[in-house]
Amino acid sequence: MRITLKLFASLAEHLPPGAGRNEAEVEVPDGASVQDVLDRFNLSQEQAHLVTRNGVFVPCSLRSEERLDSGDAVAVWPPVAGG
Amino acid sequence: MAWTGKILRVNLNDKTCKEEPLNREWAQQYLGQRGLATKYLVEEIDPKADPLGPDNKLIFATGPLTGTMASTGGRYSVITKSPLTNCVACSNSGGFIGQELKNAGWDMVIVEGKADGPVYLYIENEKAELLPADDIWGTSVWHTDEWLHKRHQDPLLRIAAVGRSAEQGCLYSAVINDLHRAAGRSGVGTVMASKNLKAMAVRGTLGVGNIKDPKRFMQAVNAAKKVLADNAVTGQGLPTYGTQVLMNVINEIGALPTRNAREVQFEGANEISGEAMHEPRPTDGKPNLVTNAGCFACTIACGRISTVDKGHFSVKNKPEYWGASGGLEYEAAWALGSDTGVDDLDALTYANFICNEDGMDPISFGATVAAAMELYGRGVLTTEQTGIPFDFGSAEALVKAAEWVATGEGFGKDLGLGSKRLCEKYGHPELSMTVKGQEFPAYDPRGIQGMGLTYATSNRGACHLRSYTVASEVLGIPEKTDPLTAEGKPALVKAFQDATGAVDSSGLCVFTTFAWTLEDIAPQIDAACEGEWTPERLLELGERVWNLERQFNLAAGITGADDTLPKRLLEEPAATGPAKGLVNKLDEMLPEYYQLRGWTPDGVPTPETLQRLGL
Repeated sequence: MRITLKLFASLAEHLPPGAGRNEAEVEVPDGASVQDVLDRFNLSQEQAHLVTRNGVFVPCSLRSEERLDSGDAVAVWPPVAGG
Repeated sequence: MAWTGKILRVNLNDKTCKEEPLNREWAQQYLGQRGLATKYLVEEIDPKADPLGPDNKLIFATGPLTGTMASTGGRYSVITKSPLTNCVACSNSGGFIGQELKNAGWDMVIVEGKADGPVYLYIENEKAELLPADDIWGTSVWHTDEWLHKRHQDPLLRIAAVGRSAEQGCLYSAVINDLHRAAGRSGVGTVMASKNLKAMAVRGTLGVGNIKDPKRFMQAVNAAKKVLADNAVTGQGLPTYGTQVLMNVINEIGALPTRNAREVQFEGANEISGEAMHEPRPTDGKPNLVTNAGCFACTIACGRISTVDKGHFSVKNKPEYWGASGGLEYEAAWALGSDTGVDDLDALTYANFICNEDGMDPISFGATVAAAMELYGRGVLTTEQTGIPFDFGSAEALVKAAEWVATGEGFGKDLGLGSKRLCEKYGHPELSMTVKGQEFPAYDPRGIQGMGLTYATSNRGACHLRSYTVASEVLGIPEKTDPLTAEGKPALVKAFQDATGAVDSSGLCVFTTFAWTLEDIAPQIDAACEGEWTPERLLELGERVWNLERQFNLAAGITGADDTLPKRLLEEPAATGPAKGLVNKLDEMLPEYYQLRGWTPDGVPTPETLQRLGL
């Protein structure tokens, strides 16, 4: 299935070749979890500080259980903040 | 200790500058900066005073740690009664002038009365005098800065000034210091201009040496600096991407107010993001971002220094804007960009330059332009009023609007009224995205519920910096809470408000609290200041400051009925994103918040609460 992977700030370099500034359509196996995607793109737990699925926060403890659907968007940030 | 113990009282009526001792008893109750200056304001002005009349006062206040080696210890605040909100105003700024004032030997400058012609205040250590400013009245902050440096032949002079927008009566004008740092919100610059005070120029060489226990202070300061350096957010995230990294975060979670908060996600967010600022431009191969920058003593350095593409329409024949200057922070990028629907990074950067050059709060400015664009889109405003087409997404309209408000020309006069008065003038008050007359910032309360309560109860009108629950609801600092639920938010908001009240009174930057808790801050204050300063005492101090501000506002005629949000946020559900179908649940949060505060159901502090806090 295809999902949208969005990697922001310093994580953009983990996107596959040919990706846009911060996102790419990627093919993942049916039933893949959020953690499967993070592993496939070499994103460590330290790097994947803030992870959302379709905009909803996915806590670290649930990333292996959270199964993706086709068309989902997974977005990942390193530790960041603002004001 | 840490305090210099001296206040400079400047009377513009008779042009005198007098030294007086700091009230040490008040300093023990209110610490400094926001808290202590608010105490002075409350004691000295009639809450019903006309904000732009001679009876209002304007206070420049440092904190006890301002000018010390504590990380970020360079902050000062401008405290007055706001012409935008009629509430107490307290606008906090970094840069270098706060520490310069402290190094000149002053904890605070209290300005009263009104000069009979333009003047500026010149301070050189213990010497303070009012000098004619006729030659710089009617000129920008940047021109004023250059003129004063030349006039005094001192490149190290630190300057805070108002621009032409303030002189023209724009109600959200800022005090700009060090060219591009701002005491930005609530129209504190408008008050300064109303007094015919163009600038304050300061040179301080006395040092800040009166630390209670210097050895313990340096130990505490060094330990706290290590916490900032080791923290991934303050050590890496903020220096590299600045606050602007939030643009994509907040868009992704569906809480980015877009086109005057009609929507909660902006299709152009990535084009105006922190990431985009790093990307080389196709025209000259250079990125928008030149470097990051730090204020005095700051070991985070989140500031942005940027350039505009020389070929961009906004600066094409204006080489004076081709150099590097203060770049976009998240709030400015949101207000000038997402809220107006403009995704042109160069146009936003140029408009931000203009806000710095002529002293406008970019949040209130951008949000007012957004309201005008909605009025235009509905046919309420026409090009007869606006001068040019004023559609959402028009970079040309944004750029022209900035230039007009800066100088008070044409439609700039209307835009200078702020969103509330503009929308009232044209018969649509419901389209103003304000609380107590102040434009709300870059977080939509439908997607981040706690921010609804934050805006509604902020003592200076809508503001994110009075209780930045985004830290918890979005970023997980200190712990993650669900942004879509109202449950638990009253306690969260109160805790953030009280802690922030203490930090804002210390001379430190609130951004330290992405890594520090009051457990890191208290040892620094305790080693520097007379008295025993624990986290618990600081929290109580913050609560005291909050209630003092509330009392002032109540006496000024603001009531619990003003603790509300624009109808749009309470009745029009978010159309996309995780908050789809949700409005802000303020009605669920407010009664519990009042209860936790020890206030009546009408939002008035009870006698018991006031007594407990020594008010």
